[in-house]
Amino acid sequence: MPKEAFRDDVLRLVEEGAQLVDVLPSEEYEETHLLGAINIPLKELNPETMERLRREAPVIVYCHDYL
Amino acid sequence: MSPRAAWRLEGMGFTEVYDYPPGKADWSASGLPMEGTQANGPTIGDAARRDVPTCSPAETVGAARERTWKAGWDRCVVVSKERVVLGLLREKELDADPEATAEEAMRNGPATFRPDEPVEKMAKRMRERGASAILVTTPEGKLMGLLSRENAQRLAAKTGNLG
Repeated sequence: MPKEAFRDDVLRLVEEGAQLVDVLPSEEYEETHLLGAINIPLKELNPETMERLRREAPVIVYCHDYL
Repeated sequence: MSPRAAWRLEGMGFTEVYDYPPGKADWSASGLPMEGTQANGPTIGDAARRDVPTCSPAETVGAARERTWKAGWDRCVVVSKERVVLGLLREKELDADPEATAEEAMRNGPATFRPDEPVEKMAKRMRERGASAILVTTPEGKLMGLLSRENAQRLAAKTGNLG
């Protein structure tokens, strides 16, 4: 089951090597995203796009906010 | 959106997956680094002064006043142990009974703003409303600094947009 992480957790996990994934549409990602995040829009999450991620490192996904 | 992405990643065999529910809005509002075509404009977080004097609610007005004036300021922010903004002592309140506590004298619940607001918009808003300064806090209300209208206008002018 995916865990929830909040700001301090995210800062710590990134420091430890976690990967940040912005799942918003690419136009929104282009405007602003967290420093170091890559973009894999939710609609494009598939085995092929997931090849961009390292399986041995934690992955943190985010969108705009709770909505 | 992100919870679905997290579930999908787990379904595809990723073993350590986290969802950051407050997401980009929370990160940005906390003044943490962003990238992108819209991420580089100066914000009120950039322009706010971090060295604004603070005091605890139990401190006397006299002690807060002495420290504030000595540091060359005309206001002091009343904060909790966790630096959450509780109130403000402006010149008027700093001139109150020196034996009163900051909590008794302070102006309650001053308006606060998040650090990711564009400085040129805030400079315009402050000018229109006659605000000489505003407080900048994290989304949890922790003090980051004080932005004077002068500083906001100076930084906005550097961007070529005075609002």
